[in-house]
Order: sequence, then C-alpha cells, then structure tokens
Amino acid sequence: MTSSASLQPAPPSPTRGLTSRIARVLPLPAGAGMARILVERNIISFRHGWVALVTGFAEPVFYLFSLGIGLGGLVKVVTTDGGQSVSYANFVAPALLAASAMNGAVFDSTFNVFFKLKFARLYDSVLATPMGPRDVAVGEISWSLMRGGLYAAAFLVVAYFAGAVHSWWALLALPAATFIGFAFSAIGMFATTFMRSWVDFDYVTLAIQPMFLFSATFFPLATYPGAVQWMVQATPLYHGVALERALMLGEVGPGLLVHVAYLAALGLLGLVGAARRIEKLLLS
Amino acid sequence: MTDPDSDLLLQATGLTKTFGNFTAVDGIDFAVQRGESFGFLGPNGAGKSSTMKMVGCVSPVTGGVLRLFGQDPATHGPQIRARLGVVPQKDTLDEELTVQENLWIYGRYFGLSRSEVRSRATELLDFAQLEDRARSKVEPLSGGMKRRLTIARSLISRPEILLLDEPTAGLDPQARHALWDRLFRLKRNGVTLVLTTHYMDEAEQLCDRLVVMDHGKIVAQGSPRSLITEFSTREVLELRFDTDDHAHHGDAIAGIGERIEVLPDRLLVYAEDGDAAAAAVHLRGIQPMSSLVRRSTLEDVFLHLTGRTLVD
Repeated sequence: MTSSASLQPAPPSPTRGLTSRIARVLPLPAGAGMARILVERNIISFRHGWVALVTGFAEPVFYLFSLGIGLGGLVKVVTTDGGQSVSYANFVAPALLAASAMNGAVFDSTFNVFFKLKFARLYDSVLATPMGPRDVAVGEISWSLMRGGLYAAAFLVVAYFAGAVHSWWALLALPAATFIGFAFSAIGMFATTFMRSWVDFDYVTLAIQPMFLFSATFFPLATYPGAVQWMVQATPLYHGVALERALMLGEVGPGLLVHVAYLAALGLLGLVGAARRIEKLLLS
Repeated sequence: MTDPDSDLLLQATGLTKTFGNFTAVDGIDFAVQRGESFGFLGPNGAGKSSTMKMVGCVSPVTGGVLRLFGQDPATHGPQIRARLGVVPQKDTLDEELTVQENLWIYGRYFGLSRSEVRSRATELLDFAQLEDRARSKVEPLSGGMKRRLTIARSLISRPEILLLDEPTAGLDPQARHALWDRLFRLKRNGVTLVLTTHYMDEAEQLCDRLVVMDHGKIVAQGSPRSLITEFSTREVLELRFDTDDHAHHGDAIAGIGERIEVLPDRLLVYAEDGDAAAAAVHLRGIQPMSSLVRRSTLEDVFLHLTGRTLVD
C-alpha cells in the first residue's frame, strides 16, 4: 500500500463524468469510458453530409408555418388542458418541438444505427479496439440527442420570431427537447437491435405516426373521450408534448415531474437494453 | 507466469467455443512467441475465425484457458485489445469517412491524441501506398486498396500482435503479392503475426509455424516444410483422364509411387521422383489426357490428413 495522498483521482471531465456515473448505477456491459470518441466519429461523418442537418431543421419549421399560420387562420383560439386560451400557433409550436425531437432521435437511432450495425459493420471494428458495447450505446445516444438539441435550438429561435414564445420557462424547452430526444433515441436504438431487415422499419412508422398525430399534438387532450385519454397519456410523446407545452406557455407545476420521470425511465431502459443487446449481437 | 512482458504472447490450452449444440472450436492447444508468424490453415468452417475472435477478445471463451500477454480476455479485454491489431475477414472500413479519417478515428478509438494519430496516419498512408487517395472516400477504392487500408488501420495503435483473418481472400494475384510484401515488412520489423488462411501458398509464404485445423480440431502442426516432409512426399504427379469417373484409373496405376489419391477430376500420385512415376504409368500403357509433376504443397498435407481439398 502506497500513500494515496498524491494519487487522488483526477476529477472526472464533464463528458466522461456523466457517462461513468450513469454506468455505475445501471447494469450496463463493459466500456472504456470513451463514448465521446464515437460522437467524434459521427461529427466527422456528418461534416460530409450536412444536408441532413438542414432537413432535420426544416421539417418542424415547415409544420409550424403550415399548421400554425395556415390552419391557425381557421382555428383562432384553443383552450389548453391547463385552461389558458391561446392562439393555435402558440398551441401547436411546443408540440412540434417535442415531435421533431422524437422524429430526429428515432430516425437517427433506428435507420442510421441499423445501417451501421448490419451493413457498415461499424461497431464490429469499434469493438475490436479498447472500446466496449457501453461506449457504443452511450456514444450513439449522446450523438443523437446532441443533434436533436441543435434542431430544437434552431426551432426555438424561429418560434420566438413567429411570436410563439411567451415565458422565460421556454428557455427550459431546449433541455427538455434534448431529454425527449434521449428517451426516444435510447428506446429506438434498443428496438433497432431486434430488427432483421429494412422491412421491420414499418413497425417504427406504425409506432411513430399515430403518436405524432394523436399525442395531444394538434388538439388538446380534453378533445378525446375518457377511455382514449388514458391511451394517449400512456404514450411517451404525450409526455414530451405536455412538458414542452407547459414550459413554452408558462403553465409550470409539480405535475411536470411525472413527465420527466416517465421519459427518464424510458431512456434508461433503452440505454441498458441497447448496450446489452449490442454485447449479445456482436460479442458472442 | 503472468509477466505481461514475457515473450510468450499468446497461449491457449483446451480452448473451446460452442454455439448451442455446435462445437466450433474443440479443445485446441497452441502458443505464439514474440516475433513469430503463426498461422491457422484449414477449410471454411474449420473453426479458424471463431478462434481468431476469441483471441481478439470479441468472443467469450466457452472452455479451456486463453492468455494474451499473460492476461485473461474475460477480465482484461480492453487492456489486451489495446495491444492488438485486427484485420477482419471482411473489411469493416468506415465508408462514410475518407481514407485518412479512417486512420485518424481508429487511432482515437485507442485513446491516442489527435496530433499523434495524424502523424502516424501519414506514415501509414505511405506504407499502404495510399498517399494520393488520402482525401478520397473509401467506397470507390479497389479491393486491394481497401485491404491495405484495413491493414494500415490495424497498425495505427502500433500493436504487438497483428491478427489477420483470411488477409487476401477475394483479391487478385497482383493485389495478393502486394499485400504479402507489406506483411513481410511488418514481420521483419518484429510484429508478431497471427493469421488464418485457406490458401496453402499463403501459409507457405507467410507462416514460420502453423497448425492445420479441421472440424474445430488441430490435426497437425509444424513449419510448412516440416509438415510437407512429415505428411507428404517430395513430388506429386497429377494425372487427368478424359473420363467422368477417375476412380477406376486408380486401380490401373496402383503400386506406382508411395500413395495415390483419387479426386473427382484428377489422380494424385505421391512419389519422391515424379518423373519416374510418370514413366512407370507410361510403361503400363496408360494414356492420361495430361500429366504434370509438381512439388508437394500444404494442400497435399491437408488432403492426406482429412481426405478433402482446402478450397471446396
């Protein structure tokens, strides 16, 4: 035993600290704490395909103008589930932010990850290095929510100038969107590890499209009959939409913690599941 | 015993890999010393790739003992992988990146700094003769170029052992020779090579020592030359006849040479003096469509040990 006084472990760096702290609590397979290098790889790759960045940003903005301005001209005022009367554009903007966070995360963690997993065999080569399955899962999910955060920030700027931002709480809409991205990206990557061919992606569409349309996205929850309200409230996007709407319209209360807890649980389940499945698929 | 700097880099005892009821690797023993070039020769499905995956610490050992640098892959996987270079059977290059970016990011996976990977990549591009293609995407490269890039990539971490799974499968002869030349240079520089192949000429060219595998077991081991001496004759006479069935010609030439193998398309007569055997066949009045005398190869060793050819 040597004196450990001079051998205090260095304080963890911000990127590494969160990863390793999460990893210690969760039953995750091995990693080398180098998930950030996979993020670096994705940034390099993305520099060659920046067009994808433009489309990811454009989609929710198109929706905002088509629905908020176009449809908003017909539907003047909406009463939110919190009881406020707001313009349709103000009502729909937070939902579009949540939905675009979901779409971006799901697209990245399903199509892109499936391609890397089955066709590019990217993770095979990554796992031949000191990196482990945990690094792959944490790295891909981190990347996907970084991308989602970028889209959300751009959307918020547009929404601000379109007059759809009314509360300082809206500043929290950005981390909230990133958090929604985390939940969907983790669960999306987990689901992807079970996919056998591109045909299976129809199931993704089957899950995403009804959620996009019916998660109190385009009309308030109160519009639905009682039993259907329960179904809507069970979907993850509902919690994302409710979270964003509360923040952007300033309807903040302790009830928001339920949404946060739901999304956190989903994200952690996806993260552990994805890492374990990658270990099972590639390290057998 | 567990000195990580010992010259015994790789040791397997009773190494076994099963997938459900299927035994891919069936209790094999081998050891590799620093600086050696060691090969696994066998047909597809012999268990070579499964062995390589266990050695590469990407596939858990089912049974037996495996030690690399004196360490157990089950407990020291990342530490061992940090000292290995891996050239997989199928190229797993990052097709979304350029040639040089492939080298850079792979070095980063090993925890090397950005400036370090850049300087090493420059050397490796030269080694792989890919300097002019540094900024090119990977996808349009030829098969031989991709293979050289995969080898260059595996060297970015300056590995102590280079694992090559079928390094030249699917390449044309020119590309194969270019690759062998690169591997010879590495060998001369003291890199330990562990490779699998089902090409006997590759095994003869590259391996100091090899094991012959069949159905998950090691059926013979030694240097290429010693295996040929032990299991074959100096020369082989190949006879082809203008008939579909070569079996009955076997009876006609029985007694010539030391041993006769009947293959679907030809007869092999194993003899110390191939020309003498050919003359003996001629004396019996037998007229083959063609006859060829050649030196014995590992293919003959394998045929003798298993009754099958390597590439089938």
